Amino acid sequence: MTENYTALYEQHKIAGASFTDFGGWQMPLKYSSELAEHHAVRNAAGLFDLSHMGEVWVTGPDAAAFLDYALVGKLSAVAVGKAKYSLICQEDGGIIDDLISYRRGEQKYLVVPNAGNAAVVAAALEERAASFDVRVEDVSAETSLIAVQGPNAEAILLTLVPAEQHALVTELKYYAAVNVEINGQELLLARTGYTGEDGFEIYIPNEDAAGLWDALLEVGAGHGLIPAGLACRDSLRLEAGMPLYGNELSREGNPYAAGLGPVVSLKKESDFVGKAVLAELKELGAGSTSGRKLVGLRGMGRRAGRSHYPVLKDGNVVGEVTSGQPSPTLGYPIALAYVDVEHSAPGTALDIDLRGKPEPFEVVQLPFYKRQK
Amino acid sequence: MAKVVAELKYSAEHEWIAVDGSGPTGVGISAVAAEALGDIVYVDLPEVGSTVTAGETCGEVESTKSVSDLYAPVTGEVVEINDEVVSDPALINNDPYGAGWLFKVAVTEEGPLMSAEEYAAANGGEL
Repeated sequence: MTENYTALYEQHKIAGASFTDFGGWQMPLKYSSELAEHHAVRNAAGLFDLSHMGEVWVTGPDAAAFLDYALVGKLSAVAVGKAKYSLICQEDGGIIDDLISYRRGEQKYLVVPNAGNAAVVAAALEERAASFDVRVEDVSAETSLIAVQGPNAEAILLTLVPAEQHALVTELKYYAAVNVEINGQELLLARTGYTGEDGFEIYIPNEDAAGLWDALLEVGAGHGLIPAGLACRDSLRLEAGMPLYGNELSREGNPYAAGLGPVVSLKKESDFVGKAVLAELKELGAGSTSGRKLVGLRGMGRRAGRSHYPVLKDGNVVGEVTSGQPSPTLGYPIALAYVDVEHSAPGTALDIDLRGKPEPFEVVQLPFYKRQK
Repeated sequence: MAKVVAELKYSAEHEWIAVDGSGPTGVGISAVAAEALGDIVYVDLPEVGSTVTAGETCGEVESTKSVSDLYAPVTGEVVEINDEVVSDPALINNDPYGAGWLFKVAVTEEGPLMSAEEYAAANGGEL
């Protein structure tokens, strides 16, 4: 696989980043300490390069009807200016990706898939578009994405937005987006994120990304903003109980087992890809009375469970960890795991097999961490 | 770039040992390893009085990202462990060759060890 570099690669090098491959991209793993970056996002603000994410425009008279068919949610019901979390599934109910769709007009949506899936999602959308009057345009290669996340995100952003547009930012709701002038340029600003904190994501052409990155770092310094890498992005999203494609979500899994049943709109009048199988899975009680279910586990000791470690009940394997690590905010180990539904109730005592040693954990409600509003 | 201390010797598994020959030998992990592991949050050390064997695992080091085995660079009896590093594992990241030392061994036999120059050349450290 050829290695991809974002438009901010030089900025990361200057900031002293160590890099990691993620979905075919060389991305900053951390700049200094991933714990310091994690705490900065929880207590002040962090600056993320998310340019590895995909951006696919869906436009045309049938845009809404097409997305209702291609995705499991009812995208036609999303108001212009709002966004919706959804899934693109296979006919057999397997998850191709989770994605956010922003409605930017009656006939215009921006669909944002994960890095490693961008090309696959764009191709699947293209294929599913055959009988609809829509245009599917993958602009991932030209588009950068910069996120400012944390309680100080709004204050930092406002310093780069003209006063007469401040209300557009302060009144912007979670899962909504607006075009505003940032650092002298009109850009798409979304109040979304993957950290469990308040925050924004800014879509920007590649050639302008470095200028905005530098400007945000400069104005953010007084607000505690530091660049933050993928290591802390992972610990932040895990505390917030958010699934990661490749860990919790896959083509072999299904939305009900992943706790994403509410995302699937079986009530949609129109057909959608995967509907028949998903309806059957729901009928069978997938993720509630049959099969396995994604749960949160809290460690009673100090040792963390890791991806693929077996989950045990009385020594028998009843599940598998998908993500796990010590929670920097909470101070104890946390994990997401698929476990047999009969052992999935909060309060259930389970063990994680830590390389041969059983370590006690307890099923807890998700999310592990919820910010004070 | 991660620092490599000239006066120490190193194992291929990134442990350092102090080699002044005067009494028990201090063992720790190199800055190269500490940096690669990320922020260390837990360390499991051999017990005082136990015998460690060069090249064999004798504990674990856990960071936010991963867990790694600790390999004994020498054979001998563990005579002291660093209790402070057990309660504050971040010492390993902050001062891997000083306050972040792990345990001391009455050495009966050394495993295969590298000089600082050899270790730095092989692992991209800075002398």
